[in-house]
Amino acid sequence: MNALPLLEIEALTAGYARPVVGPLSMRLGAGEILGVAGPNGCGKSTLLAALTGSARVFSGRVCKRAGLRLSLQQQNPPEIGGVPFNAGELIALTGAGAGGLPPWLASRLGERLDRLSGGQLQFLYLWACLQAPADAVLLDEPTNNLDPDGVAFLEGALRRRAAEGAGLLVVSHDARFVGAVCSRTVRLGGSG
Amino acid sequence: MNGMNPGVLDILFDPLFAEPFATGLIFAVLLPLLGCYLRLRDEWLAALAFAQTAAAGSLLAMLFGLPLALGGLAAAGLAAGLKHVFEGAARGAQGAAYAMLLLLGWGVSVLLVANLPLAERMGHALFDGQLYFTDRAHLAAAGAFAALAAFALRGLSRRLLLAHFFPDFYRARGLSERRAHFAFDLLIAGALALATMSVGVMGAFAMIFVPPLIAFAWAKSWRRSVLLAVGCGVLAYLAAFALALVLDQPFGPLLGLLLVAAGVGSALLRRLAGHD
Repeated sequence: MNALPLLEIEALTAGYARPVVGPLSMRLGAGEILGVAGPNGCGKSTLLAALTGSARVFSGRVCKRAGLRLSLQQQNPPEIGGVPFNAGELIALTGAGAGGLPPWLASRLGERLDRLSGGQLQFLYLWACLQAPADAVLLDEPTNNLDPDGVAFLEGALRRRAAEGAGLLVVSHDARFVGAVCSRTVRLGGSG
Repeated sequence: MNGMNPGVLDILFDPLFAEPFATGLIFAVLLPLLGCYLRLRDEWLAALAFAQTAAAGSLLAMLFGLPLALGGLAAAGLAAGLKHVFEGAARGAQGAAYAMLLLLGWGVSVLLVANLPLAERMGHALFDGQLYFTDRAHLAAAGAFAALAAFALRGLSRRLLLAHFFPDFYRARGLSERRAHFAFDLLIAGALALATMSVGVMGAFAMIFVPPLIAFAWAKSWRRSVLLAVGCGVLAYLAAFALALVLDQPFGPLLGLLLVAAGVGSALLRRLAGHD
């Protein structure tokens, strides 16, 4: 891991109308997979929203390395029904490549998004964000809708991306997944 | 073609109609193309509001002795600016804003038409479409705008698609997509303002709304949907242009009815094929 972190949070308190999470301090380095675990409603997604500028920072600060390129996978993909966009186009849109996709998705690159299952769509969005040109990737509940094979493939893909030098921040309520894939874990309480 | 009345062919290939035909053809390509992105953003009501506002602007320009195109473009541009103000609002509030714009444009137009004899004739032309009376200036404006739109869309396309499928893509990188959205709104407003002056308010709206509706149902990719929408628009335009000349009917309503028939036919075909 490089000495200079990609992202550093110092005593951060963030939320929307009122604080939802914090105070919290953490660092994310290049090549690291950092987990943020905790029960539903503890502010995990709000933390990511604060990092990407869509939640309010009440106190503390977020420091990003100059020129840092962030990629964010949202917990819920946007409504895509009725739009004639296929899986290959979605991956190409973020600049990600299709090489290395699991076979059960690689064979469906020509399918429209609204013809894919929930798990296939989830993995596709994950892939498009994970493999996009970025220095740090933020993943919000990446195992949602995935079957065990999908989760196993995701674990391998995360490790490979980290080995390439990206810093990964993984938010999940799935303690087993976080324990299996993350090099460090920050646990959030359920009060806020 | 052998069995066709020579008089009909004479009408269709009369050089008098060459410039109007080319002007309409430009919009038959441009409007469905832009309409695909408008449908992606689920903002078709904004298109109708822009077209109606452009018509009101043209009539106001005529009242003050200014070029109609200037008035239409200015009014549609103003409407795009107002839409931009509501960009961050909830979807319901956005829809309400577009409906208000639509009503404003309609109210101003109808009052002008009712009270000014000169506006009455022009009002009918704007609502019915006056394609056969367009001249070289209309053609030049349409061509120049289409070239500008094609150039701008090359840069805007990926941004608009990213904003739809990855709403936080730019924000996560500390960038904003609001300028791209505003630029797109100005493109839509400009295209509709110019198209309204040739194919009419509802003809322009039909052209920007129906071909993407058909294409989105059938296409398996974005690229194919754009090609299919443009193909539908051009075919409907060619049929409406010929029918309007041969049957001596107003172009705009014929175009609208042909596109509605195509839209209904497409939906029925999908149902029969078991797609829906």
